[in-house]
Amino acid sequence: MLEPKSFAGGLHPPEMKLTSDKAIQNLPLPDRVVLHVSQHIGAPAKPTHKITDKVNCGDVVAEAGGYVSAPIHATISGSVIAVGNFMHPFGIPSPAIVIERDQAAVEPSYTSENGLELSAAEIKKRVQDSGMVGLGGATFPTHVKLAPPETKPIDTVILNGVECEPALTSDHRLMLEETDKVINGLQLIMKALNAKHGIIGIENNKPDAIKAFDEKLKNFQNLSVQPLTVKYPQGGEKQLIYACLGREIPSGSLPMDVGVVVQNVASAAAIADAVNLRRPLLERIVTLAGNCAANPGNYRVRIGTTVADFIHMTGGLKKDVPLKKVIMGGPMMGFALFDLNIPIIKGTSGILCWDSEEAVHPHETSCLRCGSCIRACPMGLMPQKMKQLIDHRKWDKVDEIGMLDCIECGCCAYACPSALPLVQSFKLGKKNVMAERKKATANKG
Amino acid sequence: MNTTTAALTPPAHGLLVTSSPHIYSGLTAARVMWDVNIALVPALAMAIYNFGARAAIVVFASVLGAVLAEFLIQKFLMNKPVCISDGSAVVTGILLAFCVPAALPTWVAFVGGFIAIALGKQVYGGLGQNIFNPAHVARALLLGSWPVYMTTWIKPGAAMSPGTAITDAMTCATPLGIIKTAGRDVELMKQLSESGTSLVTYVFNQLQIGFSDLFWGINFSGSLGETSKAALLLGGLYLLIRGHITWHGPVAMCATVFAGAFIFGGSLEYAAFHLLTGGLIIGALFMITDMVTSPMTGCGQLIFGFGCGALTLLIRMKGGYPEGVCYSILIMNSLVPLIDKFTVPRKFGLVKAKEAKA
Repeated sequence: MLEPKSFAGGLHPPEMKLTSDKAIQNLPLPDRVVLHVSQHIGAPAKPTHKITDKVNCGDVVAEAGGYVSAPIHATISGSVIAVGNFMHPFGIPSPAIVIERDQAAVEPSYTSENGLELSAAEIKKRVQDSGMVGLGGATFPTHVKLAPPETKPIDTVILNGVECEPALTSDHRLMLEETDKVINGLQLIMKALNAKHGIIGIENNKPDAIKAFDEKLKNFQNLSVQPLTVKYPQGGEKQLIYACLGREIPSGSLPMDVGVVVQNVASAAAIADAVNLRRPLLERIVTLAGNCAANPGNYRVRIGTTVADFIHMTGGLKKDVPLKKVIMGGPMMGFALFDLNIPIIKGTSGILCWDSEEAVHPHETSCLRCGSCIRACPMGLMPQKMKQLIDHRKWDKVDEIGMLDCIECGCCAYACPSALPLVQSFKLGKKNVMAERKKATANKG
Repeated sequence: MNTTTAALTPPAHGLLVTSSPHIYSGLTAARVMWDVNIALVPALAMAIYNFGARAAIVVFASVLGAVLAEFLIQKFLMNKPVCISDGSAVVTGILLAFCVPAALPTWVAFVGGFIAIALGKQVYGGLGQNIFNPAHVARALLLGSWPVYMTTWIKPGAAMSPGTAITDAMTCATPLGIIKTAGRDVELMKQLSESGTSLVTYVFNQLQIGFSDLFWGINFSGSLGETSKAALLLGGLYLLIRGHITWHGPVAMCATVFAGAFIFGGSLEYAAFHLLTGGLIIGALFMITDMVTSPMTGCGQLIFGFGCGALTLLIRMKGGYPEGVCYSILIMNSLVPLIDKFTVPRKFGLVKAKEAKA
């Protein structure tokens, strides 16, 4: 087996992966889904249906709002009961379509064909039609990644099976249970991009997944599995490419600028379904974890299911453990929810139901200039200095020292002995820096 | 509308909503500071072994002064929450006491502890804001105000109990003091070079000690906590293992003094003598590793350590004082913002687009 590789900076938070031996379970269909038009990076989708319209599972209910956008499909059959603003996981009201399930409706059936025989253009089209976005959490529309400009040829596709976020195990289970589908997805992506090499990057804490791929990939000349050191954020796109290939993405550039496309393993499996079955993106695997969950595990659930319904279908919460914090995503980068009637979206990889012990929030004290944040930053930034500049609203200066290079991985805040709200500050900083840049270009023009 | 969710009621006070990340390393300023206190225990034990209850009382008075200053200023002047329990004032108090003679009157030690916090830390705004190492600020002020008290060194084992009056017979010179006076004595230097005895051998003969005594910190005098290099190294190792300090500063400072003494003094013996005497080891392990007053990056700490080492040696060999650790650190403290400015870590992705595809 290959030597594990890694990157500079980062740290090793507790892995908390208690559900990695729990097989994926299919949850029943929810009675209602809330489908947000913004489930991806880019322009929101445009709703195409009105209240009382009947829709079938798999129908487009909102079409892509531009090129960097993705259509939204009905994930259950039934009727549209509301189109309007609903709370989005990111904490803002956002347009959504609500569908109530028709109990009598039958699930659509799909016929399978061999996607590898299709042309690259047809693969791309089917991916685009399926509403595929990156399922690792960044939710970038997949068809855009599959269509780089001709000046930027792609030689390598890396599948991200790192799952470096603590507590999450959905990708791990998928790699074990649907190994072949992931490999097929990788081949389809490579065909669409005309890439020569395929690499599946997996952290060393999942030896069973590495072994599973290693055995199957013996038959393929151009595919390999790359074991990686267990270190957060090993699954960050830039860190992963650096670890696998030693290529450093220039600041402000994309993986395609160094000839690489990265896709999450769950995306690869979903791409296989989208191409072979022409099945739109209807469901995803979500890890349920935390002290309050009665049945922690990995569940396949329809997109648009509310978190409350999701938890209820898995068996609810423990009666004697009071709920303190609910996180959508992982402990390092996930969003804390303020309400459980928020739907699971395409990028939701986990739901963590934490009690007050798990949700301990340290008290903020003043900066000691200890440099822990600098040592932890995988992007080589100076978080302490950036926070100072943001506190003084010096947007131009903070832009100069690399505000937009921050990937919000949370290493700095995790390591900070003074519990400074670094990531929170950087979210604000990035927003303002981008606004300032826009203003500057507008003034010039 | 929510028939299926009736069983799921969030807590009455609502869910806790915070920005990511949602987990923390558990490291706090208080834990760092108390770990530093733990790391100072071996040296404290050696101080008590050498100077008896006198040493314990000086340490206690200095810590009391520091903690009291912290409490009074936070409570009545700044109207801030009192955080004496974070252990940082205790660290300052102990470190100051470690840099003064054991014979220091208790009240001077108390005043020293008080001004260390008041003028060395709180005037700048408290923990994390000070430019200079508070313990060294206080030491410099004490040396200026009570020079005789600050240079009266008692022999180890003599006048152990604090009540005893100190007579001249109980005092002695420090190794660095002897080498400084000897170096100025032209006649003596001539005699030594004629008889072929090195300066270091002369000092050792005067004090009846050798290198092992310097390392273990016995049979010679000095500031109460700085004598035992073994005990200080043990504490430093603890901090290194706990991840509170990095090797950069200490190694740079010690290596600079050692290499400089070798080059300008001409012998390994002379270099080892400078490495093992005075406050170099305590300065390198506990003073220049103070997070607040040292550069933030490894590269910056190397420069900082080099500067501290070079200035220490300069003062020891050419300056008016026998020891230069305290002033060299204070001078370098003032350069920290400048060092930080020029030692920015290399940003990931700072490559030309062409190089990237190597």
